Amino acid sequence: MITFMNNSDSEEEPCNERTSLMSAESPPVPSYQDGLQASAAGEAQAHRRRAGSNRGPNNIAGGEMSGSGIPVRESALENEEEELTLKYGAKHVIMLFVPVTLCMIVVVATIKSVRFYTEKNGQLIYTPFSEDTPSVGQRLLNSVLNTIVMISVIIVMTVFLVLLYKYRCYKFIHGWLILSSLMLLFLFTYIYLGEVLKTYNVAMDYPTLFIVIWNFGAVGMICIHWKGPLQLQQAYLIMISALMALVFIKYLPEWSAWVILGAISIYDLMAVLCPKGPLRMLVETAQERNEPIFPALIYSSAMMWTVGMAKPDTAARGPSQQTWDAAEDGREHLRSPSHAESQMSETRSPVPTHPITSLEELEEEERGVKLGLGDFIFYSVLVGKAAATASGDWNTTLACFVAILIGLCLTLLLLAVFKKALPALPISITFGLIFYFSTDNLVRPFMDTLASHQLYI
Amino acid sequence: MTLAVFFGCTFIAFGPAFGLFIFTIARDPLRIIILIAGAFFWLVSLLLSSLIWFIAVKASDPQDERLQKGLLIFGVMFSVLLQEAFRFLYYKLLRKAIEGLVALSEDGCSPISIQQMAYVAGVGFGLMSGAFSMINLLADALGPGTVGIHGDSQLYFLTSAFMTMVLIFLHTFWGILFFHGCEHRRWWEIAAVVIMHLTVSGLSFCNPLYVGSLVPSYLLMAAAAAWAYLLSGGSAQNLRRFLLCKCCSRKGVGDTLGLVGYQDCCWDGERLSQWLKQEHHPLVSQTRGAGDFLRPWSGCYLSLEK
Repeated sequence: MITFMNNSDSEEEPCNERTSLMSAESPPVPSYQDGLQASAAGEAQAHRRRAGSNRGPNNIAGGEMSGSGIPVRESALENEEEELTLKYGAKHVIMLFVPVTLCMIVVVATIKSVRFYTEKNGQLIYTPFSEDTPSVGQRLLNSVLNTIVMISVIIVMTVFLVLLYKYRCYKFIHGWLILSSLMLLFLFTYIYLGEVLKTYNVAMDYPTLFIVIWNFGAVGMICIHWKGPLQLQQAYLIMISALMALVFIKYLPEWSAWVILGAISIYDLMAVLCPKGPLRMLVETAQERNEPIFPALIYSSAMMWTVGMAKPDTAARGPSQQTWDAAEDGREHLRSPSHAESQMSETRSPVPTHPITSLEELEEEERGVKLGLGDFIFYSVLVGKAAATASGDWNTTLACFVAILIGLCLTLLLLAVFKKALPALPISITFGLIFYFSTDNLVRPFMDTLASHQLYI
Repeated sequence: MTLAVFFGCTFIAFGPAFGLFIFTIARDPLRIIILIAGAFFWLVSLLLSSLIWFIAVKASDPQDERLQKGLLIFGVMFSVLLQEAFRFLYYKLLRKAIEGLVALSEDGCSPISIQQMAYVAGVGFGLMSGAFSMINLLADALGPGTVGIHGDSQLYFLTSAFMTMVLIFLHTFWGILFFHGCEHRRWWEIAAVVIMHLTVSGLSFCNPLYVGSLVPSYLLMAAAAAWAYLLSGGSAQNLRRFLLCKCCSRKGVGDTLGLVGYQDCCWDGERLSQWLKQEHHPLVSQTRGAGDFLRPWSGCYLSLEK
């Protein structure tokens, strides 16, 4: 699955967050049982397996029937690789559950405590029609019109980005992304911090504020656009997604927000799956050129090098330890637990002197699953809106949260089956919307009645 | 209502469940997914039962007290039955998932057994059920107010927290019992789970007479716990050995397995279970993997000579 997101930053520049879920095109990892002799055969297996289709039980049958050792081992290796894919699948799902959950928690906590983000204070220029109309029909019409405007803006910006990428205007794109993240990391953080301090009535002087925001923003820019510890980069991406989601929650009018969420999942579906869809073209171009999509747009669950891949030994030695650690983490469930890990950490120290080729091979293997930041943003918008508008009810928020996680799980399952770029929004947003409206209107009265009589089901 | 009430009720209601989650579920990604899917299934069952109740209420006269009460009773019972039906559906889904995992694995063994899935599914159902009952109360407990100022019981929050805790435990044990009944085609176990669930929900109609609802629920929980423990392969002997694990002699542990020539070093559950399988040790046929069985003795050291 490809997750892709066009990073939108400020209110001046149009916001388009398009996302879909991307799987890493990584070859299956050979097993590490009892010595590494399987690794060479495993790579040959990887190519054969990618060419063939999933044969499932036939593998086991073929393995048992053949008398010679090698076909048995080959089919066994293939089974191992398939099992590894599945095990990696479960692990990758959790690697995405955690950041999505964190982003939602930040958004919901802010919505519930800081009044600023639930106050009506005007609208963005992308939703020009007001919803303060007396009749229901007019309000519905206005929200649909707002949606059309917003989606058109998103389409235009996405197509513009794809054209820039196709014609290799990298400098323009990088400048645009840097401006966006500057805006997010400095201006929006300043506003956020100001509102939080106001809510808790904490005084802060301007010099301290300047130092804090400067450090936060500068480190964020470096982590996102250049190099940094993986977890710090992930944390910053989560924070800017949360900030963006909060902006949307504040400035999108009620009904428009729901209609936009629905429309954007449909757009996502079409943009990623249709042959001429902008997102699909973007991902395919990136894969053709063998470049990663801009790190500022995508959350990656594993170590990801920037555009210039194989660096010489000295420069690579620092992060190489992390890559090995990531690789080791990825394989720890293959080894026996507990004592083997101490063995492994000892063998890791001579690793940095390993030649570059094995390092690259390991990077490829540990790429993990990527999710676009727009996915984070729209999931958080849904849950945040549920928290903001569901009559102070936490059940609705919880129901939307579970629905989104299940949607993400199903999407990742489809990813494991189809192994190509898939949109991450449709299933989750559909489940989220269904559960929001049904929990708010059906489950809430039921649970309230039960609670007032202290009944338990 | 203060922070003390909030934290106290939160930890009473969810403390044991979070302990179970952290120590048994959080490490394995597959179990976390099964947990969340279980929560999702419970949510869907609640949705459908609320829909039915809502339609019934809207179609009836809101002024008629007795009718509304009757509809509520009907709503509760129907919801219980629907929850058990969805537990069955979830069992079917997990069975299919296990077949898929077995087909993909190298040695015909799925990485997670149906008993573990039953436990995790039960915890998923319980956590979601408890969360839906308790979260709004906890949010209100943070705000201003006096409990029971209009003559209701003053112990409302506390008893709700205890009831939530017992319900989470009960769902866990019901999960194990239910799946065991489905696996071995013992319909009376399934019926017992349904009847227990109906009983506990029905007893909650005794509230605010908490003696009538809380005490029997805890007794039922103890019974369900013992039953689930016995069904999972536990026995009084196992319990005693587990409790005395730290004082047991290392020789004693090796002797129970019939291993010879062991020495003091860290043992490896995976290799041990493979070796036991090779030797066709009777332990393997009883348990899904000897590694799981031996885990309580992980403090003791033993290893194989080979």
